[in-house]
Amino acid sequence: MSLHDDPDPFDDDEGAALVRPYALVGGRTRTEASPALPVEAIVETTELGAGTRIALEKGAIVRQCVEPCSIVELSVHLKVPVGVTRVLVGDLMRMGAVIVHLPIPGQLPDGRVDRVLLERVLAGLEAL
Amino acid sequence: MTWLEVPDPFDVHAGIFPVKLVVAGGWGSGKTTFVGAISEIVPITTEAPITEVSAEVDTGAVATKVATTVALDFGRISLHSGLVLYLFGLPGQARFRFAWDNASQGAIGSVILADSCRIADAFTSVDFCEAQGIPFVIAVNRFDGELAHDLAAVRAALVLSDQVPVLDVDARSRADAKRTLIALVQHALSASS
Repeated sequence: MSLHDDPDPFDDDEGAALVRPYALVGGRTRTEASPALPVEAIVETTELGAGTRIALEKGAIVRQCVEPCSIVELSVHLKVPVGVTRVLVGDLMRMGAVIVHLPIPGQLPDGRVDRVLLERVLAGLEAL
Repeated sequence: MTWLEVPDPFDVHAGIFPVKLVVAGGWGSGKTTFVGAISEIVPITTEAPITEVSAEVDTGAVATKVATTVALDFGRISLHSGLVLYLFGLPGQARFRFAWDNASQGAIGSVILADSCRIADAFTSVDFCEAQGIPFVIAVNRFDGELAHDLAAVRAALVLSDQVPVLDVDARSRADAKRTLIALVQHALSASS
């Protein structure tokens, strides 16, 4: 099968991927925008991102995250390691193409438990 | 005070709010099953089939199959008004401790699954949560429909304080998973008051 017949050149079901994951990010493991994005951070495409022509993996992220999606789920969709997804998302943040919703910790900055958050989670679970 | 009456601090940011929970426990205690029972997505797991098979040999400190078994289960539950609950399944063996610090950071609590035949496997998880001050509940998985030891015996074996809830669950049951998560959040609330 030639490359042109293959709808997904990164699909490695039949052996090693044609493009190694580190090549997608120029060997970088981090960006200024994403020193350490947690894997459960949720990525959402901005209007700017949706209205911009973006290619390859970054384009796939922008299209996927019209429906907000966590970094770890993005990795699964893109079939690239989480570290690579982080860098790609960091690049997109700098472009203003996506925004990232960081997880809310269970503790307030002063170390106390965030009761309002927990009450909301509890109500949400009970409503399931 | 109920949550409905307080002004909504989240609405000023209007959006999506990820919240994290940890599901811990020893080898084969039912973490993947538990996450799968309540997650709205198929759990994302890197757990290879070998993990359950190797349970017999993989009980000591010797890592026999590390390369194939770096396990992380990941599930999602969307709650109301933008809250999204993420469940992280963490391996209980001591050699995976490195995975814990990151994954547990900011977690609102932890469910520790225990196999009533192999209570000792839960020690590592209990130690970690106690050391980090993460609220936790023990969910004793009812394999084959019955418990090898009653819940009081489990509590005694794990040397838990009276406040820590110990539940009897079927990890395959969505209702039980829900009940366990509710108990965890209630416990986290009561522990803080």
